This record gives sequence, C-alpha cells and structure tokens, in this order.
Amino acid sequence: MDYALAALSGVFFTAATYLLLSRALIRMLLGLGLMGNAVNLLIFVAGRLTRAVPPIVPAGETAPILGANPLPQALILTAIVIGFAMFSFLLVLAYRAYQSLEADDTDKMRLAEPRGGPQPPMSY
Amino acid sequence: MVSFSTYPGDWVIILPVIVCLVGAALLLVLKQVREVQIPLALLSVGVVAACEVALLTRVLTVGPVSMTMGNWLPPFGISFTADLMGTSFALVAALLTFAVLIYLEMDAPDRAKRDGIYPLVLLLLAGVSGSFLTGDLFNLYVWFEVMLISSFGLMVLGGKNVQLDGTVKYGFINFLATTLFLLALGLLYGLVGTLNMADVMLRAAKVDPAAMASVAAILLLAFGIKAAAFPVNAWLPASYHTPPAGISALLAGLLTKVGVYALLRTMVALLPASRDVLDPLLTAIAVLTLLIAPLGAIAETHLRRALGFLVIGGIGACLAGIALPTAEGIGGSSIYVLHAMISLTALYLCAGLIEKLTGETDTRKMGGLYAAASLPSALFLTLVLAIAGVPPLLGFWPKLLLLEAGLDGSGIVSGVIDWARWR
Repeated sequence: MDYALAALSGVFFTAATYLLLSRALIRMLLGLGLMGNAVNLLIFVAGRLTRAVPPIVPAGETAPILGANPLPQALILTAIVIGFAMFSFLLVLAYRAYQSLEADDTDKMRLAEPRGGPQPPMSY
Repeated sequence: MVSFSTYPGDWVIILPVIVCLVGAALLLVLKQVREVQIPLALLSVGVVAACEVALLTRVLTVGPVSMTMGNWLPPFGISFTADLMGTSFALVAALLTFAVLIYLEMDAPDRAKRDGIYPLVLLLLAGVSGSFLTGDLFNLYVWFEVMLISSFGLMVLGGKNVQLDGTVKYGFINFLATTLFLLALGLLYGLVGTLNMADVMLRAAKVDPAAMASVAAILLLAFGIKAAAFPVNAWLPASYHTPPAGISALLAGLLTKVGVYALLRTMVALLPASRDVLDPLLTAIAVLTLLIAPLGAIAETHLRRALGFLVIGGIGACLAGIALPTAEGIGGSSIYVLHAMISLTALYLCAGLIEKLTGETDTRKMGGLYAAASLPSALFLTLVLAIAGVPPLLGFWPKLLLLEAGLDGSGIVSGVIDWARWR
C-alpha cells in the first residue's frame, strides 16, 4: 500500500509540474492544487499505512510499532485547510485578473513589467 | 529532554503573536469606526515592540527562552523558542511596522483604509513575529502561510490593474514555494520522526546523509524562492513596486528576510552536514545573486523596481554569510539582515515620498529634485550610500564582517592559500 501511494504521489507531482509549466493561469492553479495533494499523500505515507489497530494504547503498555502514526494525519489536516484558503484566494484573484486585464495568459500580463523597457547604455 | 513546564516570565514569548492577532480582530470588528483604526493599530504594534524588548532582555540575561503549548513537553508539543537572532529580528520588524503605519496613515488612500489595510498589516506582523519566534518547523510553515495570505491582501488592496498583475505573479510563485517547504517537511518527518527544531538538530546526524541533503536541497529551493535568490528572483521586481509605497516598504523590509532567516535556521543550525554538501551551490547562488542584482538596478529606470533589485542584492550578501561556515559569516549574515530590513524599508518610504513630490515613477523624469526639495534627495542619497556600504553608515559593518569571514576562510590574509580547495 505504501508503494502504491508513493507512486500515486509521484504521478501527481508529474502532472502538477506539467500543468505548472503552462502559461494559462487556470492550469497553473490546478497544478498547484494537485501538487498540494501530492505533498499531502507524501506526508500520509511518511506516517506509515497499516491495517493494524488504531494507535490508542492502554495505560501501562507501550505503543505497537506497527500502528500508523497519527501526527502526520494531523499535519495533513492543517495543510489541507491552509491549501484550500490559498487556492480559493488565488482562484478569485485569477478570475478578477481575467476580468480586469482580459488575459489568463501570463505572457500577456505585462502591466507590472512593461515590454520595451530601457536599454541601459542608450537610455541615459 | 525537557521535563519542566514554562517559567511564568517566559510567557512573554507568545505575546507578540497574540497581541497582533487580537489587535487585527478588534480592528476588523471596529471597521466602521474609522477614528480608532490607526491609534489601535499603533498601540498594538507598540505593545508588540515592548513585549519583544522584554523578551530580548530576558534572552540576554538567561539565554534562549522557550515555551511549549498546552504543557505537552517537547518534542510533542509545539514550541516557541526565542534566541538572540530571532528576537532581534522580531523587534526590528515591529519597529519598522510602527514606522510604516505612520507613513500609511499620512499617505494611503482613504479607500485602502476603509477596506481594512491596518488589520492586514497586523496579521502580516503576526506571521513575521511567529516565524521569528517559533521553535517548530511545521509551525514555521503555518506562520509562513499567515504572512503570505496577508501580504496577498496588502498587495492587491486597491485593485488597480497593475496590482492584480503583480499579485498574480507574487501569489503563484510563493504558494509554490510554501508547497515545496511542506514537501521537505514531510520528507524530514519521515526521516527523523520529529519537526521540533531542537530535536531535529539532535537526530539529524544519525540519518542517511544523502537523504538529508536532498531534504536540505528542497528547503534551499523553497526558501530561495521566498528570499528571491538568483535563479528564482524574477517575481520580486515584477511585483513589489505595484502596491502603494508604504506597503512596498513593509513587504521589502520583512518578507524576503523571513526567507533568509529560515535558511539560516535550517541550513546552518539544523542541518549543518547537509549545508556542507550544498556549500558549492550556496556559494554560486550567493555570488550570482550579488552580481545580478546591481546590474538589474542599473538597467532599471522605474525607481521602485530598481529598489527591488537592491532587495535581491541584500539577499545575496546574506546568502554569502550562510555559504561561509564560520561564526563571523553567520554573524555578518544576521547583522546584514537587520541592516537590510531597516535600510530598505527606509529607502522604499523615501522613494514613495519622492514619487509623491515629483509625480513620476521613472527616474529619467525626476530631474531637478534637489532644487525642488533638497531634504528628501539628501536622505535618499544617504540611504543609497548606506545600502552600498560606505563606511560610517549602517551597511558598512555587516559587509566588513562578511568580508573578514570570507578572507579568513580563503587564507589570503594569512598567506596560506589552500589551492586544493579551489581545484
């Protein structure tokens, strides 16, 4: 199971990287979302995946080494919430940029860095 | 192993974050009451600065201070740990925020004030202070995100087209950087089984060095993007000049420096063995950043975009200190961070003043400023000289430390050059 999830995480990373290389904002955003999920899966695998008993240990006994570690799962919950907030903000931002700048192609967003800037020796 | 809970006086370590968050919440609740906004914001930041002064005196007398949430003793609970470096960074950040708030009150458009610029500034300070004071890597990630989301808000507030453009670029690349940071944390947890900084330091040596070096490399990429180091620096001059000058100053003074701080923490303190593996890479990045930044600043005629390149240059100097594994190198680097925070915030505020006086953003059209207003232009000149590192000014001293550390390491001064090292 560990290997399957690790491979899935790798597939997600590949797809996310491919999407991030695009110039369309919405694809980049989907890539970022996918990469967040790839990272979450990776943390999930880091905490061991077993079908063994849940990690509630009776008093006086030591923890079974085979049980899954609950801490990474807590980390993932936090990361999902934060990632969701970021994703929604960037989605709204991209939509607003699409409305105002009439572009979802990053090559056409040149307001902050205008083309045809100064050419150092000649412009002084 | 820590086996006692927090000394009551040490609770001051958590106050900067709490005061910022409560202040921001109050400001949001009282959004309609415009008169209380700026006094309350200044009061909160003042209290934060006072707490940090108290914390600094405590750190200076008893050494690093630590507290752990909920009495879950380390390594299980989330720790806040303050040492001299983190506390002094946090104190300077609070003082700079105070200055920027005053500038914003005089300069920011009414619309920005109505839309809640002050709560966002306080949230940003909460994220920055939390990053400087936390002792847990996952907590550092959370504070990074707090900082990031408030900086998105600050950058886009006002909603001009140029701001939307800048924020899109800033937002996407920085979200990618924090995702990479989280990736490194997942791998690190899988390898060492802890994210408490002190605990990582203890256990890192026992783990496969190759695996640790890859974690360190991902961290270097993530924090390199945050700090705008050379190959991943293009987002900074594309975005930092788009918001009003006060906001630019705040972002330039605080955000990239948190990236450098995280690099100092992780590379030097937590994973020194991995830093040694990455040393050639770090040196190359530092040198290239130092070279590229002034060239960009010379070529650029938009005043605040040119300053953006100076921000990157400061990052290069800080990275040079991280690449030199001596006490002088690290000391020079951390003092350079303090200098860069202060000088660049001042420079951006001064640039905002100049843009207001001349009504231009292009340096080619700003001629005759000295005749029109001699004081701002003299101030600007002094600040630029400070950034350049002209002797009596602030920028000279960290550069001297870094230069000394570099010369000591190379053996040029003592006349014994280890040629094998350079081959």
